[in-house]
Amino acid sequence: MSTAIKEIKKTRPVKPLDPEKIKQELLAKYPPKVARKRSKQILVNKKDEDGKIPSIGANVRTVPGIITQRGCSYAGCKGVILGPTRDIVNITHGPIGCGFYSWLTRRNQTRPASDQDDNFMTYCFSTDMQDEDIVFGGEKKLKSAIQEAYDAFKPKAISIFSTCPVGLIGDDVHAVAREMKEKLGINIFGFSCEGYRGVSQSAGHHIANNGIFTHVVGKDDTIKDADYKINLLGEYNIGGDGFEIDRILDACGISVVSTFSGNSTYDQFANSHTADLNTVMCHRSINYVADMMELKYGIPWIKINFIGAKSTAKSLRKIAAYFDEPALIKKVEMVIEREMPEVEAVSEDVKKRCEGKVAMLFVGGSRAHHYQELFREIGMKTVSAGYEFAHRDDYEGRAVIPDIKIDADSRNIEELDIEKDPEKYRPRKTPEEMASLANKGVPFKKYDGMMPEMAEGSLIIDDVSQYETELLLKIYKPDIYCAGIKEKYAIQKSGIPMKQLHSYDSGGPYAGFKGAINFYKEIDRMVNSNVWRFLEAPWQSHPELSAKYVWE
Amino acid sequence: MLLRHTNTEIKPRKALTVNPAKTCQPIGAMYAALGIHNCLPHSHGSQGCCAYHRSTLTRHFREPVMAATSSFTEGSSVFGGQANLIQAIDNIFTTYAPDIIAVHTTCLSETIGDDVNQIANKAKKDGKIPKGKHVIHASTPSYVGSHVTGFSNMTKAMVTYFSECTGKPNGKFNIIPGFVEPSDMSEIKRMVKAMGIKPILFPDTSNVLNGPQTGRYKMFPQGGITEAELVSTGDSEGTIALGPLASADAARALDTKWRVPCQVQDLPIGLSATDRFIDALRIVAGVSVPDEITRERGQLLDVITDMHQYFYHKKVALAGDPDHLIPLVEFLVSIDMLPVHIVTGTPGKAFEKRIKELTDHLPCPVNVKVGGDMFLLHQWIKNDPVDLLIANTYGKYMARDDDIPFARFGFPILDRVGHSYFPTVGYMGGIRILEKILDVMMDRMDRDAPEESFELVM
Repeated sequence: MSTAIKEIKKTRPVKPLDPEKIKQELLAKYPPKVARKRSKQILVNKKDEDGKIPSIGANVRTVPGIITQRGCSYAGCKGVILGPTRDIVNITHGPIGCGFYSWLTRRNQTRPASDQDDNFMTYCFSTDMQDEDIVFGGEKKLKSAIQEAYDAFKPKAISIFSTCPVGLIGDDVHAVAREMKEKLGINIFGFSCEGYRGVSQSAGHHIANNGIFTHVVGKDDTIKDADYKINLLGEYNIGGDGFEIDRILDACGISVVSTFSGNSTYDQFANSHTADLNTVMCHRSINYVADMMELKYGIPWIKINFIGAKSTAKSLRKIAAYFDEPALIKKVEMVIEREMPEVEAVSEDVKKRCEGKVAMLFVGGSRAHHYQELFREIGMKTVSAGYEFAHRDDYEGRAVIPDIKIDADSRNIEELDIEKDPEKYRPRKTPEEMASLANKGVPFKKYDGMMPEMAEGSLIIDDVSQYETELLLKIYKPDIYCAGIKEKYAIQKSGIPMKQLHSYDSGGPYAGFKGAINFYKEIDRMVNSNVWRFLEAPWQSHPELSAKYVWE
Repeated sequence: MLLRHTNTEIKPRKALTVNPAKTCQPIGAMYAALGIHNCLPHSHGSQGCCAYHRSTLTRHFREPVMAATSSFTEGSSVFGGQANLIQAIDNIFTTYAPDIIAVHTTCLSETIGDDVNQIANKAKKDGKIPKGKHVIHASTPSYVGSHVTGFSNMTKAMVTYFSECTGKPNGKFNIIPGFVEPSDMSEIKRMVKAMGIKPILFPDTSNVLNGPQTGRYKMFPQGGITEAELVSTGDSEGTIALGPLASADAARALDTKWRVPCQVQDLPIGLSATDRFIDALRIVAGVSVPDEITRERGQLLDVITDMHQYFYHKKVALAGDPDHLIPLVEFLVSIDMLPVHIVTGTPGKAFEKRIKELTDHLPCPVNVKVGGDMFLLHQWIKNDPVDLLIANTYGKYMARDDDIPFARFGFPILDRVGHSYFPTVGYMGGIRILEKILDVMMDRMDRDAPEESFELVM
């Protein structure tokens, strides 16, 4: 064992920590009102006598001044869901910042089929509103911007993203979109994703789901000649995750009609209602589209997870079971059998150095759950986790949805009324088939959330603050902390390895089988790095002056 | 091709900005506020801005960037953000205990017209601001100017809120370094001290945004201008403001407030601008220039003469901030390079005029545009190719597509380190700029040379 590991082991608390006490410690410094509020968002994962997990406060407004890591509705709508589509010109209607900061900063990899295909990913389009636009309104400028974008780029579609001031000054982006759509003859649509809507990125997801479903999904009825047609929902191809998933699905003979929305195109969205199954990767961001597609077109959805080798295998089997054809089931088993030996060889090797180590995960609305699986595979334990902006169903499972109260801050996020499409609705399975599949372990419309899979006594924290993070590090001394860029360097400066699970620190892919291997190796590199033993200079660890004044 | 839609046909655009050469005010204000010791920047708006600004600064510096936000909801956007800000002030002082909260605004709070001064006064009355602690504020509407304007506004606020005049001169000179790297701030301080002048440099992000790894995280690092020094700026002998857009307002405010005489200089980038800075210091402080500085100047000149053949008449395209570009273009011209395409996203008429003056004798046409963007710059390059591109990280897409040697300069640089540790200001910074330029241009020569003319000695 290197001295580095010894050093870190030495500082790890030996006595078991009392999570209830830790919770009180996290709250102690806050003003009473804040402590009361945070107390609902911090809880110890512990089932009651009936085996029920406790319920958490989530998707509530951020405490001002607490130093949250959350972003806004625009980021959730443009930055996350619709940014990754390569052939739509996305115009940010607002001052320059919003467009600038969401320009190439999420690593949604894009690979157009040929040099001739449109790819606007590397561009940032903005109306760059000035003070006169705030005073006299920005609709005219927006119209001209759409015209100029059309003239210069001739795109298939143009979409408009509203930023904070747009809603306040009353620019009607939807009216502008309708007018310009009429004029230019291409699909043009707007999103009211002003940053102040909702309480986080989450509102933006919902707004994006509604918009893409209303304006694009179902516009192209061409049925592709392919077996086992699925949509991959909520996979954004960060660091090539989607490419690895595509590789595996392709090897299994499963066709992806559309991905929402890593490396996606306008046409894929338009055609997505022709698939026979929706598979949901990131539940938080895309469950709305999944539900709406089921209601309108009769496509069932299942939760899958391609993070972690075992989860990947399990998800492939779920898909195969759904289509229930021996040829597919056989092929899936072949692929798993072919891929697993290398994965297991690496995980066994890495486990020797990582087993027993402790992780914490505070990531967006999905990964804080999914990545626990990867850590488990190399023998590491997650002692505390939470989301920035997930809802109770992501923590506790979808069974709680009927109990969730929409509060005043989220009430204005539109819920669409979806009805069966009179022509295009086509149930993919009979109710009997659905029931039988559910019995065989292919539950539809089901996601159990993060908490049931976490150990008793682990600490669940929603919308963790900078202060809470610092205290957690001091108390638990985790071997690795996973979050985002804003947290990264403060944690690293505390002498604790910090893995970004949004950007992957420029690494990846981490999904699928190859991704699992990448991740094991990355965590091994990080938690066993030499660098941590150099934090003190020699003269700091031995400050006493030696009595020798001559060279030995 | 990464920028496959950028063609050579330049159509005038009035409404659409494509690939901006600027960003918005609050990030500049946040950066400036981080240059105050024990200060927590606070973004009065919805929280997305704060998250974006922290992320961008963090990616640029690879350092923690702390800031709080009022986290507006739809309700506060309609009824005003007073309750949010007062609650934020209370939470920040209770939980994080800075000495100063520096509030800036966003397009949201500016559009609804929140009066931050009045809110801060109410917070004080309500006992939410502990004794000896301060809430300062700058108005930074994102729909005016650029990140440079935001920096300027927050720097000016430091004067408005803190500068005092006791009537007893402190024997120091105020130096406002402008929107430059922490390494540049250190270098400016070093030069000023080498001249035998005691500086009060504000803001000062050295040792804040290029701090050490110690195994112990400190939310408020060692660096930053202290409150006491800021108070004392009113007792200084004079002020030198570097970079008119970023620094002049603060300097003039100090002149107006306490009659501290000021000079506005270009940022000391390259030979002539550094000459003017040093000469100004010499004259205002009545000191002589030490040999150390004169020697550094000679070293820069030596590199220029030694390597002149590689600079001569090479065409350069540039994008960036006006305060950076003006002395940089002047520097390039002085070493006989040809800066032919120049854009800035930051508005201000003086820029085009100044660039035209600096380049009017060049033996080729020069394109310059204020309020331009990188899309336009790329189109210019496609029509009239260049030998070198100088821009922030976003330039790498153009550089790759058109195979142009590329030197990273300005803000933000998201894909390399060095900028926060090694200065580009002063004579030594000038040598570093030349080294960067030569490295990329000579690497290209090495890459492209036929085997028989692949040179060992260059």
